Amino acid sequence: MEKNKHFLVGVFSDHDDLLHAIEEIRAKGVKIYEVYTPYPVHGLEHALGYKRSWMPKAAFAFGALGTTLAITMQVYMMAIDWPMIIGGKSYLAIPDFVPVTFEMTVLLSAFGMAGTFLVARDLKPHKVPRIFDIRATDDKHIMAIDLAANSLSEAQMTTLLKEYHAEEVYRRDFTDEENSPSFISYVVDLFTNGVTRSSRISTHR
Amino acid sequence: MKARQEHYHIEEHFVFSDNTKKSIFTLLGVGFILFVIGLAIIAFGGTSHGHDSHALANNGSDVVTVSESHGHGHTYHWTDRVKVAFWHNSVFFMGITLIGIFFTAIQYAAHAGWSAILKRVPEAFGSFLPYAAILLIGTFALSYHEIFHWTDSSLYDPNSPNYDPIIAGKKGYLNMPFYVARMIIFITGWYAFYYFLRKNSLAEDIEGGTHRFWKMKVISTLFIIFFALTSSMAAWDWVMSIDTHWYSTMFGWYNFASWFVGGLAAITLAVIFLKEAGYLKALNESHLHDLGKYVFAFSIFWTYIWFGQFLLIYYANIPEETIYFVERLRSDYGKFIFINLFLNFFFPFLGLMTRDSKRKAVILKIVCYAVVIGHWLDFYLMITPGTLKEHGGLGLLEIGLALMYTAAFAFVVAQALSKAPLIAKHHPMLQESLHHSI
Repeated sequence: MEKNKHFLVGVFSDHDDLLHAIEEIRAKGVKIYEVYTPYPVHGLEHALGYKRSWMPKAAFAFGALGTTLAITMQVYMMAIDWPMIIGGKSYLAIPDFVPVTFEMTVLLSAFGMAGTFLVARDLKPHKVPRIFDIRATDDKHIMAIDLAANSLSEAQMTTLLKEYHAEEVYRRDFTDEENSPSFISYVVDLFTNGVTRSSRISTHR
Repeated sequence: MKARQEHYHIEEHFVFSDNTKKSIFTLLGVGFILFVIGLAIIAFGGTSHGHDSHALANNGSDVVTVSESHGHGHTYHWTDRVKVAFWHNSVFFMGITLIGIFFTAIQYAAHAGWSAILKRVPEAFGSFLPYAAILLIGTFALSYHEIFHWTDSSLYDPNSPNYDPIIAGKKGYLNMPFYVARMIIFITGWYAFYYFLRKNSLAEDIEGGTHRFWKMKVISTLFIIFFALTSSMAAWDWVMSIDTHWYSTMFGWYNFASWFVGGLAAITLAVIFLKEAGYLKALNESHLHDLGKYVFAFSIFWTYIWFGQFLLIYYANIPEETIYFVERLRSDYGKFIFINLFLNFFFPFLGLMTRDSKRKAVILKIVCYAVVIGHWLDFYLMITPGTLKEHGGLGLLEIGLALMYTAAFAFVVAQALSKAPLIAKHHPMLQESLHHSI
């Protein structure tokens, strides 16, 4: 399986130029892989045509699971397995179950949503983030275009990006090795070099 | 950059059209007819509520005798029900009015920009304050004896058979001169804050600049402090003292929460009505979304307070405290508790949970109607069982009167809206509000 990835990287200074470029380039049928900005840019998701996240649905499902589990647990414990009279109430004192049910709902929906996010975004510990250009953390907006996903040639897209005020356009390749190191080698690296010296982030151009 | 500046309509003036007036008067008329029919039913229907009397007697336990032991120096007459209905509606609509002022104040105190476009709507709510005050004070003057058990002077006389040591012990706070003084202080205080907020707001339309904004911020902050104290005390005075023996330390918050959600839903409804009538053109889905979030969040807040009060009383199981819920749950009022919880919690919670439902005026409107009715019912449950006991009911009389109050409120608010530009064009944060997008 081919895992090597080839990208075209466009560097922008001004976020208005960036938004404009995104709209125009997408209108020409180019698929943008991802855009990195040093600060939140208003209207970026809209320009990139992102759909609404399905995370709220996951949160609801996990929350509903929490409610069900909490009620089942309490009814089983308090009324079936070991019936106890507390404060002169009946075994099945529903109001008493509400706080625990509420907490379980919140807990499971929070944990469930966080877990879903980690899995959905593939955020495993030995994941290597693809750093296209470290200046995205400073003062530049970085646009990445996956060459394999687009029909236009590299040269054509470079001209296109330049046309919409990209300051620099260059090609960035990620090798197989870089993309997915094995978990074992990640752990070995962690123990031999320490976290700070691990080779997870390569910033070479 | 592409031309992103759009033209926004900020020069808007609400016209109180004859059509609107006609529908408000229709509402008033329908309310009046229902009220009169309801009145006729209870005045001539006589014993139609006789079947209710078994409700409390059912328990047959000591718990009930706690409330009965002090003996009522008063027997039920059908006019009591009218008086209680007036008091219930006066308290509720006073709350909606106050929340208009309170909402305006929190926007200023928090430097909230998103709401600048709709700020004239809650501001106009405040204009009902003098009328609500007249209705409240008038009802109190005419019917304090029937509503407030503690106003009976024989309760404080050790030689009287009616002597009640518990109520006598509360005399330092619950006595007529202090009570009336408090009522006047609350209302004049609120009105003074409203008067200065409104004055500065209108002056800003002419002068522009930011100095009015900073002045209003100071007024708003002071109002919030004043309102925090007075809303709680008003709740004790006007609602909690009906059940004179009983007390709850959460009651002030509980009342405030009920007023707040009811008021927020009313503000949202007013904004949607204006939008549907073709006003507030620059108001977009994001503003509705924020209003929806307010209603959603504070419905949960209300439930939290309501349930917090209920659970502690239920769990501790002290007769002096549980009597409050015994009177409400184990009687014909019981069904209303569940309707109350459904309308004020489950319906807004599930109905406004998704993003889309908060952004669609139709769904928001349905939920807001339910929430306003729900909190009206919540106040009904606070006021009626304690005053009318087994003689209470929820019939045409109560509904008709509520519709009449609604019509009066709508008329005064619409009048106030028409007197000032609908959008405060010199609000320093208006641009932020116009570009609001979430």
